[in-house]
Amino acid sequence: MEEHSTMFHVVPMRVLVAVWLALMVLTVITVAATWVDLGSFNLWLAMAIATLKASLVVLYFMHMRYDHPFNAIVFIGALLFVMLFVGLALIDTRAYQPELIPGYAPGMGGKS
Amino acid sequence: MHSAESHVAHHFPHAKAQVEAGKLGMWIFLATEILLFGGLFCAYAVYRANHPEIFVYAHHFLNKILGGINTVVLICSSFTMAWAVRAAQLSQQDKLVRLLAVTIFCGFVFLGIKYVEYEHKWKEGLLWGKRYKPVHQELTKPKDVPPPKPLPWVNPEEQSTLPPPAVPPQGLSPEVKGFSQEGVVPQNVQLFFSVYFLMTGLHGLHVVAGMVVLFWVLLRARRGQFSSAYFTPVDLAGLYWHLVDLIWIYLFPLLYLIH
Amino acid sequence: MAVPVGNALFGDNYLSHAKGWKSWLFTLDHKRIGVMYLVSILASFLLGGVFALLIRMELWTPQRTIMDAQTYNQMFTLHGAAMIFLFIIPGIPAALGNFVLPLMLGAKDVAFPRLNLLSYYLWVVGALLALVSIITGAVDTGWTFYTPYSTTTNTSVISMTLGAFILGFSSIFTGINFIVSIHKLRPPSMTWFKMPLFLWGLYGTAIIQILATPVLGITLLLLIAERALGVGIFDPALGGDPVLFQHFFWFYSHPAVYIMILPAMGVISELVSTFSHRHIFGYRFIAMSSIAIAIISFLVWGHHMFVSGQSNLASLIFSILTFLVAIPSAVKVFNWVATMYKGEVELATPMLYALAFLFLFGIGGLTGLFLGALATDVHLTDTYFVVAHFHYTMFGGTAIAFFGGLFYWWPKITGRLYRETWSRVAAFLIFIGFNTTFLAQFIMGAQGMPRRYYNYLPEFAPYHRVSTIGAFLLAIGFVMAAGVLLHSLYAGAPAPANPWGAATLEWQTTSPPPHDNFKTQPSPGDPYDVDRWVFDRSAGGYVLAASAAGGGNA
Repeated sequence: MEEHSTMFHVVPMRVLVAVWLALMVLTVITVAATWVDLGSFNLWLAMAIATLKASLVVLYFMHMRYDHPFNAIVFIGALLFVMLFVGLALIDTRAYQPELIPGYAPGMGGKS
Repeated sequence: MHSAESHVAHHFPHAKAQVEAGKLGMWIFLATEILLFGGLFCAYAVYRANHPEIFVYAHHFLNKILGGINTVVLICSSFTMAWAVRAAQLSQQDKLVRLLAVTIFCGFVFLGIKYVEYEHKWKEGLLWGKRYKPVHQELTKPKDVPPPKPLPWVNPEEQSTLPPPAVPPQGLSPEVKGFSQEGVVPQNVQLFFSVYFLMTGLHGLHVVAGMVVLFWVLLRARRGQFSSAYFTPVDLAGLYWHLVDLIWIYLFPLLYLIH
Repeated sequence: MAVPVGNALFGDNYLSHAKGWKSWLFTLDHKRIGVMYLVSILASFLLGGVFALLIRMELWTPQRTIMDAQTYNQMFTLHGAAMIFLFIIPGIPAALGNFVLPLMLGAKDVAFPRLNLLSYYLWVVGALLALVSIITGAVDTGWTFYTPYSTTTNTSVISMTLGAFILGFSSIFTGINFIVSIHKLRPPSMTWFKMPLFLWGLYGTAIIQILATPVLGITLLLLIAERALGVGIFDPALGGDPVLFQHFFWFYSHPAVYIMILPAMGVISELVSTFSHRHIFGYRFIAMSSIAIAIISFLVWGHHMFVSGQSNLASLIFSILTFLVAIPSAVKVFNWVATMYKGEVELATPMLYALAFLFLFGIGGLTGLFLGALATDVHLTDTYFVVAHFHYTMFGGTAIAFFGGLFYWWPKITGRLYRETWSRVAAFLIFIGFNTTFLAQFIMGAQGMPRRYYNYLPEFAPYHRVSTIGAFLLAIGFVMAAGVLLHSLYAGAPAPANPWGAATLEWQTTSPPPHDNFKTQPSPGDPYDVDRWVFDRSAGGYVLAASAAGGGNA
């Protein structure tokens, strides 16, 4: 059994249950938060809660907390590159939006 | 009967290296999945940032309650999956089989609810792009489309020899004033449903793929192939299933809970 | 430590290990998979090359020469798609990398041999699907599939993109395999900075393959959904944005050009050190610049979109970032030149390719700066200048490095030596032919000859003719190179374990290697400590200095 302790980590049952309960509660909070009008802050709140939920799943259900740290680098790296992609595409589309002529888009030919 | 060493392929120095290699490979594969969905999240972000009125208007047609139930179902399945990995680690083989079965069952429930939602959209004609033909009359046409303004640099007195531009379509035009107000249907609502069907559709395909993988693991678990000495397939299938859950955790507020 | 010096052509090696076609088709041996990739990739290169010659023949006169305009459009799509998706992207990693990577690590195989075989078959399926749909379905979108043309043309874009999608999976699986192998199969004594630079190149490549290819996957899926279902994400008539397609496409396809060039730079690092018989100069700089290039490659994709409706703001950002790529690339070039300085440069065939790479990639890289600058790009975009630029980097860079690597590892792969004289003549012809073909294109591009045109103004005819003549010289060079290699297969002298005097681990096993790669486990040291190796006449190759002193018997 000594070998096992170095090979893998068994997550205690109470941790699994606690994470599960936390995820349920956070889901309720996400839904409840939409009843309160916070302006554009609503979106950020929803994303923050989603990220918290995702972190719980990744850290405990997916064992990242107990895993080789490089796996975490891979995962976070992927998220960073998604943000890079979304961010630069957003900057560009936001910037050329005012240059579009109202009611007219070039290359739109006859509708088929 | 199954010792740890009997599962080590010839090119790995020891069992630990093989287990870690499998996990690293799976995490890298998950990274590619994140980037794959990243494309759709990008499309979502671009259209929502530039045409928020479409999203605010159209999300009312999604059923928050069904979406919420589905979120709960997936979270429960993630929990049973994590529990199943624990059971495999502790060589509790009967428990492992039962927990995998529950996880797959949750997958079926998720797909069932998704089917109900899709069918409803289908009947209402709230489909993607070209297929968007809402049944209810007030949705078919935006009210009071202002006539397109002439191009700013065109002198109306001059007759061009070129054919006139195509019929002014509703394409990329920026938000026309007044459209985001209450009770007015914005243009290009179909864009929301395109994004909705693409995101949930691709996610649904991943749920199906995950269920197939879990079913294969279930069959092997029934033959008693997994124990504390060897449970890599349970572990890796679990990682994949959790990722499917992760993506839904973001999809739910982004699509159903727009404010 | 006994390092084998001999040839295993007639003894136990991976080629003789198992017999019959099944032993090849179902093999899990990375070396055999590498060889299968090599054969398939060279076949694609031949195909792409034939299409290129047909294009050049058509452009001999300003009007119709041998084919109609529709066929011509199909030809350049075929040429581009075959060369990019089937030859350059998988060329060095999947063929040479598959063969060499585990050997360099002193490992028995890659981490996931079955995934490796799957990746090969996905490549075959994807390649067939893509080629068949271009030929029978007359796809004429170019390799970039820009919307809205690709969503409206009546050709079989769906099956073509499906083919490219499958090829992407193949590429991802190769990338996963390489990263995991480098992490988990590296012997404990080989630290990160004791790794051969080719592996650094492959590692950087794998990072890009993993992070960028999925975005191509979703782009192609969206294109398929657009055509099959009309989702309208890229269709302005339905509120979509066609410029967004280009963001999607280039988020993959710009990093993809570094999927092509990074492993090539890795090959050059090996060649320059080995044939200068000198320790590589600036090891850490070269290693780190590979990773830097991999990261920066993700920041510059918008420079493909300067004139396609992208905002001025984004164009500015991308233009500035583009210049950053020049830094790590130049770091590599300077270190290679510094390695050669005061080295005993041996002009063997692989080294000729390496020198050609330095020259051609230098031109390709510098003309890239003209295109990265906003003001000049507006003038030069979509002209033959761009065509010449990317041929100098992709062909003059990647393909030349691929052939350098092929000639370098050929004795290891086949256990045979080729005729040096003729292979040098071939390399020289390729170099001359290449420059004749593409220097002319720089000139006519700068004068305004647009790319992809079927008819052109008569004043460009002389340049086109020079270019066509160059293309045929190039073809003769490649036929000659192929002849040299094929000739060696049945008449070449048996190759020693280490014919070049390189210090990386793949040369410390017999040529060709045994099924398990090493009879005795090699002990990795400094991969560029070439001084430990001395030429031994009786072995016909290089042996460890200690064993030569101790009698030198093979």
